[in-house]
Amino acid sequence: MSKIPENLRYSKDHEWVLVDSDIATIGITDYAQNSLGDVVYIDMPRVGDTFGSHEAFGSVESVKAVSEIFTPLAGEITEVNDGLNDTPEAVNSDPYGKGWMIKLRMVKAGDADAMLSAEEYEEYLSANAE
Amino acid sequence: MRYIPNSPEEREEMLASVGLAAAADLFKSIPAGVKLDRRLDVTEPLAEPEVIAAMEAMAAKNTAAVKPSFLGAGVYSHFSPTIVDHLIQRSEFFTSYTPYQPEISQGTLQYIFEFQTLVCQLTGMEVANASMYDGSTAMAEAYLMAQRVTRRDKIVVAESVHPEYREVARTYTQHGAAEIVSIPFDDKSGRVSDLSALDDKTAALVVQSPNFFGCIEDLGTLAEAAHKVGALLVVVVTEAISFGLLKSPGACGADIVVGEGQSFGIPMGFGGPHVGLFATQEKYVRQMPGRLCGVGYDKNGNRGFVLTLSTREQHIRREKATSNICTNQGLIALAATIYMETMGKQGLREVATQNALKAEYAAKQIVAIEGFSLAFSAPKFNEFVVRGTKPATEVLERVRGEGIIGGLALSKYFGGHHNDFLVCVTETNTREQIDSLVRALA
Repeated sequence: MSKIPENLRYSKDHEWVLVDSDIATIGITDYAQNSLGDVVYIDMPRVGDTFGSHEAFGSVESVKAVSEIFTPLAGEITEVNDGLNDTPEAVNSDPYGKGWMIKLRMVKAGDADAMLSAEEYEEYLSANAE
Repeated sequence: MRYIPNSPEEREEMLASVGLAAAADLFKSIPAGVKLDRRLDVTEPLAEPEVIAAMEAMAAKNTAAVKPSFLGAGVYSHFSPTIVDHLIQRSEFFTSYTPYQPEISQGTLQYIFEFQTLVCQLTGMEVANASMYDGSTAMAEAYLMAQRVTRRDKIVVAESVHPEYREVARTYTQHGAAEIVSIPFDDKSGRVSDLSALDDKTAALVVQSPNFFGCIEDLGTLAEAAHKVGALLVVVVTEAISFGLLKSPGACGADIVVGEGQSFGIPMGFGGPHVGLFATQEKYVRQMPGRLCGVGYDKNGNRGFVLTLSTREQHIRREKATSNICTNQGLIALAATIYMETMGKQGLREVATQNALKAEYAAKQIVAIEGFSLAFSAPKFNEFVVRGTKPATEVLERVRGEGIIGGLALSKYFGGHHNDFLVCVTETNTREQIDSLVRALA
């Protein structure tokens, strides 16, 4: 069973978002990391890059495949988790903590409200199981 | 006798199954006006001795193959030890489409790994790929890689880089975002000097050393200038034998080294096939194009070779791949590997030294002739530009009359350099040949 913290918002692409005023911290969910397998490299954007919602901001390379990662929210990158360069495995071991990927200044602060709640995401996962 | 791999009965059966009466019906959709209604205009079949005689007669017309030649300019005449050609003709190497599956291809993957290792050692870089088509396409890929690494699009390329390389790179990158800016060479030294085009939008400074005129560039200074504005230094090497004597581009601060490996045991044959070298620093490996072979160990500790970092590549990453190079120049890279391993460090240094010394001798003899001088003052390796007092095309024509191919008239690529020609001297040029060139020029 995947961990789905209550305080976060989720996307159907399996990203999570933690909102703190107009800044959103974004990573991939426990379910996503588990499906990907051991993560070996993360290609990240740079501070100052801007993205529209549902745009790919980077890619996660696991021993199985390379997958695009999408930002569920439009905004400008304010911080990138450089620690993942040396310890990409943090995405596997601590997807909601040390495995965070980017911080983004949202174009519209309320955008995250439209995302899935923990409960909705859990329903989404069980509906799409198998 | 024609070889048709199916019998008349089988052909009947196939035609019947598609509902046609004769093979000619297959071509009915082609309008009569564009169909050729006669036999092809080719000679009747010949017996083997006749074929051999015909081929020999054709080969004999290629007098350039036997005349003393001082042509370089990107393709170089070097001695290739017999073992190179002999070993690459082993059917495991010669007949296979480069197999990459580690389960069945340890031999292939091992030589690719050795090739990469040797390219790293020669260029002074940390990683090299399994090879590219040739030097010019490798240079074009370096433009693209520099754009990916720096996220900038301006490419500053020296005019002393081989003109055909620049043309290939322009063609190769014309539909992308690259903005290519040329910078001139210094009229006196023959080297790059004006770096005012470098700015904070520059992705790469691209120089060749030894450059098209044979001049050795001051790579350390160029690296410093490129790095100061956050750009990469791309060093192009068309004469790989120079690695045997010159300080490696990596040691001078290059970020990407690309080059042509033809000098390593590959014959000069109408411009190909060649083999491109591509090397860089490990921190940029994920932006490097092409295949990469790595070494690994299984659970019993046995060493094995595998393709690695394939996730950069087109068959996995599709349009997001680092480049569309999904293969390598297998057989030619093998030839280059065997050449390098046969020569060894000592051998390569010796060949390189011979090239430099013979070129120096030739240059001294030529400038001693009245009316001839060296066009540029920079240090050289095995090529140099001679400046005369008459159009170079006429001078070389006269020399050709004496049975010698004296070099390349620069006016082919550089207008305004009518009296200049490029001379290349390698270990294959005997002292006697050099002396006869000097006599023909005098």
